[in-house]
Amino acid sequence: MNEIVPFMTEIAPFTGYVYPNETIVPWGVLIVIYPYLTGLVAGAFTVSSFYHVFGMQQFKPVARFALLTSLSVMIFVPTPLLLHLGHPERAMNSMITPHLTSAFAMFGYFAAFYTVLLLLECWFVFRADNVVRANNSTGLARTFYRTVTLWSDDISPRARAIDSKWLLTLAIVGIPSAHGLHGYIGFVYGSLKARQWWESDLMPVIFLFSAIVSGVALLMVLYVLASKLRRVPIDHACLKGLTFALWGFLMFTVILEGLEFTNLVYKGKEGIDVIMEYVQGPLFFRYFILQFGFGALLPIAIMGLMIARNVRGKAFVIGAMVSALLVLMNVLLMRWNVVIGGQEISKTGKGLLTYPLPVWGRESLMSAAVLVMAPFALLWVLTRLFPPWTDPPGNT
Amino acid sequence: MKYDKKKAGRRNFLCSTGKALAGLGVIAGGGNLLGQGEAEENMKDSAGKGANSFPTPDYDWTKHRWAYGIDATRCIGCLRCVEACKAENDVIGDAHHFRTWVERYVYLEGDEKVHVDSHADPQNIAASGSEAEYRFDNRYKDAKVSKAFFMPKMCNHCEHPACVQVCPVGATFKTEDGVVLVDRDYCIGCRYCLQACPYGARYFNEELNVADKCTWCYHRITKGLQPACVEVCPTHARIFGDLNDSSSPVSEFIRNNPVQVLKPESGNAPMCFYVGIDKDVS
Repeated sequence: MNEIVPFMTEIAPFTGYVYPNETIVPWGVLIVIYPYLTGLVAGAFTVSSFYHVFGMQQFKPVARFALLTSLSVMIFVPTPLLLHLGHPERAMNSMITPHLTSAFAMFGYFAAFYTVLLLLECWFVFRADNVVRANNSTGLARTFYRTVTLWSDDISPRARAIDSKWLLTLAIVGIPSAHGLHGYIGFVYGSLKARQWWESDLMPVIFLFSAIVSGVALLMVLYVLASKLRRVPIDHACLKGLTFALWGFLMFTVILEGLEFTNLVYKGKEGIDVIMEYVQGPLFFRYFILQFGFGALLPIAIMGLMIARNVRGKAFVIGAMVSALLVLMNVLLMRWNVVIGGQEISKTGKGLLTYPLPVWGRESLMSAAVLVMAPFALLWVLTRLFPPWTDPPGNT
Repeated sequence: MKYDKKKAGRRNFLCSTGKALAGLGVIAGGGNLLGQGEAEENMKDSAGKGANSFPTPDYDWTKHRWAYGIDATRCIGCLRCVEACKAENDVIGDAHHFRTWVERYVYLEGDEKVHVDSHADPQNIAASGSEAEYRFDNRYKDAKVSKAFFMPKMCNHCEHPACVQVCPVGATFKTEDGVVLVDRDYCIGCRYCLQACPYGARYFNEELNVADKCTWCYHRITKGLQPACVEVCPTHARIFGDLNDSSSPVSEFIRNNPVQVLKPESGNAPMCFYVGIDKDVS
């Protein structure tokens, strides 16, 4: 008989009967982080599009910042996947030889396309600023900004008009791309028939809408924080616009999630007994109390009250911040409850597992925390290099 | 012979036999842009011509259609099959990695609920004294058992395997003779296939960082031998053979018995045919 080989994998405790191979949970915390980050990308892009495509003026203060946020997060989207892969050095196999029947085969292409699109959009949005900065600086800074503009230094009104046309086109292509990318992630789970908890036609739609709410909530938090750090007044119209958007999209998302769960229970297919045992037991607190109660219903109530009573000033900022932070928790929990939840229900339909979250290691609490924080470190650097707060030169 | 990852790799197969063909750069239609589909096509061609075929020279995979039969009524739960499989295929020697395993179903008098356990069960691990040994403990010694049976499980080598469908790189593939294999040299270790298999038949091989599963001992059956689990089964509960041969044990087993498959509703069309499945077996 072979020797037991020690390896860094935790065995999941279980109740009832689970297949022996199920006792090592295949997708850990990094696969929770991955759709979370992707959702933030799509949501932040949506906020940017409110102004850049739909021309909603109240979102102007955050439009360029939202674009930088989307780019910062997008750059880190592949990292949880790469860390998760058994052979990250073979990751490009999926792009060199995509197996087209796989729901996941197109991810590399979609992600690469969207990253290029974001980079292009950022280039156009910040080109005029960078030209001016290059002209006003010397030495290394001048070289840097000139390189970033790709030596395209014409900022005449005619050139700016061409920039604007390109920007609109890119944003129009970007909206379906951003949302397509995230709906697609939902499809990766929703199409997996082996797990009843995932197999749902509503899954892509739920992922998409929760992505939008997470992005809007993130922008609210970042905008308020940035304003405080910059010691500038918060634009009430902008924050109110974001709050309205969050409130509306959140209600829609919660209804979709509720419908999905009702469908699962009402259909009551084989295996529902163990699902109900799971929902009423280990999942109850983090699903009904935290995700639905504190993460969705409470912010809906807070924002609804603020809108109904026309709350302004500091109280509005605090209410909006609390709501946004709760929604960010909600979406993270939603990802957790889908990804980990699906794997905690055994395919036997006779048992439940408990995912053991390692604190240290390649796929651990710490690596996930670092990956969630890393985009914001990059965002801090990018906002220093390309301040998104002022109008581009030549704009009114 | 052990399942040799070097020989199993389609990349290496390409190198050894199909360099010229690969050099043509024919982009295979369907599944892949290049590479994988191309490799499979080359394998089909050269196998038919008796070239240096994978994994056994002169084996023609177009001439066989393998299938597996399990007569659960014959299984005595001795677990020789599990041990033989682990040894033959270098399966990680603990209670959480199995290419084949055996489940014990027990119904107690006055209790409608079925009690199921297998090798990951802490009581069974304690009874065998080691995670590398496999025993069913004696927990029902004093209980009034109304019905009990053993249920051998393994990869079903499905006709429409969900694991093959979801593999993003085509590292998991179905051979012409009906066996689902993993190319260890090409697998990226994403574990999507582990999620897609409704039978829990796949595990992640932490030694090689790739998905792993039963191969029906492909290195043996292509030499005319039986899979290790079939070879050692003392009660002939496990039957293996070629569906293209109407007198093969598995053809006769399917013809002479009312056979069933596991989770037919999954649409995977398993190629492991069972006799003696009870309503609670999933």
